[in-house]
Amino acid sequence: MIENIDLSLVNWSRGQFALTAIYHWLFVPLTLGLSFILAFMETIYVRTGDETWKKITKFWMTLFGINFAIGVATGIILEFEFGTNWSNYSWFVGDIFGAPLAVEGILAFFLESTFVAVMFFGWNKVSKKFHLASTWLVAIGANLSALWILVANAWMENPVGMVFNPDTARNEMNSFREVVFNPVAVDKFFHTVTSGFVLASVFVIGISSWFLIRKREEMLARKSIFIAGIFGLVSALALALTGDTSARTIAKVQPVKFAAMEALYEGSDDAGLTVIGALTDSGERIGEKKVHDIKMKIEIPGLLSVMTTGQQGGYVPGIKDLINGNPERGIISVSEMMERGRYARQVLTDYKVAKELGDTDSMASLAAKFEDRDFNDNYFKYFGYSYFEHPWQVIPSVPVTFYAFRVMVGLGFFFILLFVMAIWFHRRETLEKNRWFLWLALFSIPLAYLASELGWIVTEMGRQPWIIQNLMPVHVAVSNISAGAVQTTFWLFAVLFTALLIAEVSIMVRQIRIGPKH
Amino acid sequence: MMSAGKTFGNIFRFYYDGFRSMSWWGKRVWMIILIKLFIMFLILRLFFFPDFLKVNFGTDSERGDYVLEQLTGNK
Repeated sequence: MIENIDLSLVNWSRGQFALTAIYHWLFVPLTLGLSFILAFMETIYVRTGDETWKKITKFWMTLFGINFAIGVATGIILEFEFGTNWSNYSWFVGDIFGAPLAVEGILAFFLESTFVAVMFFGWNKVSKKFHLASTWLVAIGANLSALWILVANAWMENPVGMVFNPDTARNEMNSFREVVFNPVAVDKFFHTVTSGFVLASVFVIGISSWFLIRKREEMLARKSIFIAGIFGLVSALALALTGDTSARTIAKVQPVKFAAMEALYEGSDDAGLTVIGALTDSGERIGEKKVHDIKMKIEIPGLLSVMTTGQQGGYVPGIKDLINGNPERGIISVSEMMERGRYARQVLTDYKVAKELGDTDSMASLAAKFEDRDFNDNYFKYFGYSYFEHPWQVIPSVPVTFYAFRVMVGLGFFFILLFVMAIWFHRRETLEKNRWFLWLALFSIPLAYLASELGWIVTEMGRQPWIIQNLMPVHVAVSNISAGAVQTTFWLFAVLFTALLIAEVSIMVRQIRIGPKH
Repeated sequence: MMSAGKTFGNIFRFYYDGFRSMSWWGKRVWMIILIKLFIMFLILRLFFFPDFLKVNFGTDSERGDYVLEQLTGNK
């Protein structure tokens, strides 16, 4: 029973999922971005016939292969965890997740067993054009494969296109189009893949800079820096743009997360965008949650209102408005949502009782409610709120969300500058003279990974305590298993993934040191 | 037109030659892939990650009833 759920079980399950996802995400973005960089390089080779480009493509393809091979299937562990640690959740969403994940599985299987093999084994065995087509298909396929995972993730943040079946206790998809074109999914896909493009571009520029520092493979390094610089700059600008649209969507569908990202407690018609600032305890509390002041704040007045609502003077609600409600602005309180959620849960309980008694008439009339638009829009929509005792429990960690968001965005702008400098120095043929830039580029590689991981921390920590926005809190999703079992597998994963990471880094470093010669 | 047997033969030879002439790093990552898949599917999946609902309930109907019980339980 849910009332017996041990919070340490919830936290260990949550920690294990976070650990697995963070490690998994160390491998994915490089695959997403480097595959396109390879495709561009090979296209130049096929069009020009210049063997230097073939050599360059093969070198980066080696690094792509190492990353791809070591990262492959690490995401499957997340699916293991769904079945073992998150069984209530898995059952509740099963039908919605099934379709996108099946498409992803089929796509990944065909991609990995055919075109990746042609990419690596097919040099001089298939025609140049067929080989090039395979490289492009790997790039497109890898990114499309990510699409389906992100569609599933987006549904958790904005559940649409489904109807809840009280008899099976599952959500059933009634509109594949709504699920796929969920605004969160569209924004998330473009933002995530462009972040992968940026990471891969920083990676290529960083490794190339190392060659230039060591005065080795200068031709490869310069050409690679140019390609990655252009691709990275275009991607970073697109990343900023998709970040903006993403934030606007979050403000609509996850307003508490958005307010936490900005540490905005009081709603405002003229909300300013906090560029940087330090959070301090104001001494005030919302329930048991601290209210923070922002010290040393650098703010652009009014910009948050414009960015969020698209108009000057647009109202941006703060955490207090969202928790306590603001009838003037049409915001209902969390207490009201809790009441509505409890009504929806009572209907479900009545259905369960009717089912146990074999009362088919009551079952039919209660089941009909779950297909009724008014009931869904006004009650079932708040189903998950019924599991909370206090409104403040729906507030995520404001400091984690606020700082992670700022560091991620700050790094995003830093990468734009890095790409501009890379292109500039390449055009002026002064890359080698600016050794500070080469070192900066090399040390930017871990920063790109940090920014990428922080993006997920903003997304996932910011939407706590929800596993499915408004429908299911994390503590309801967890299985009735022992915390000890989860702790054991937590450490097993920590060891396994660390070993994989060490293997990847050591093999990659070895191949980088060897360079493109072999 | 190439017969199906010849096509499969060519595909087999393509993979066979590819694996046979694999570089040091290729052999190393394949070894890692195999060890990883072994650990994941034959150790972790079998011994540490049983499907909670499949292990504890025989039918989908029972699984649905259990989750319904979980969802409607008092908090």
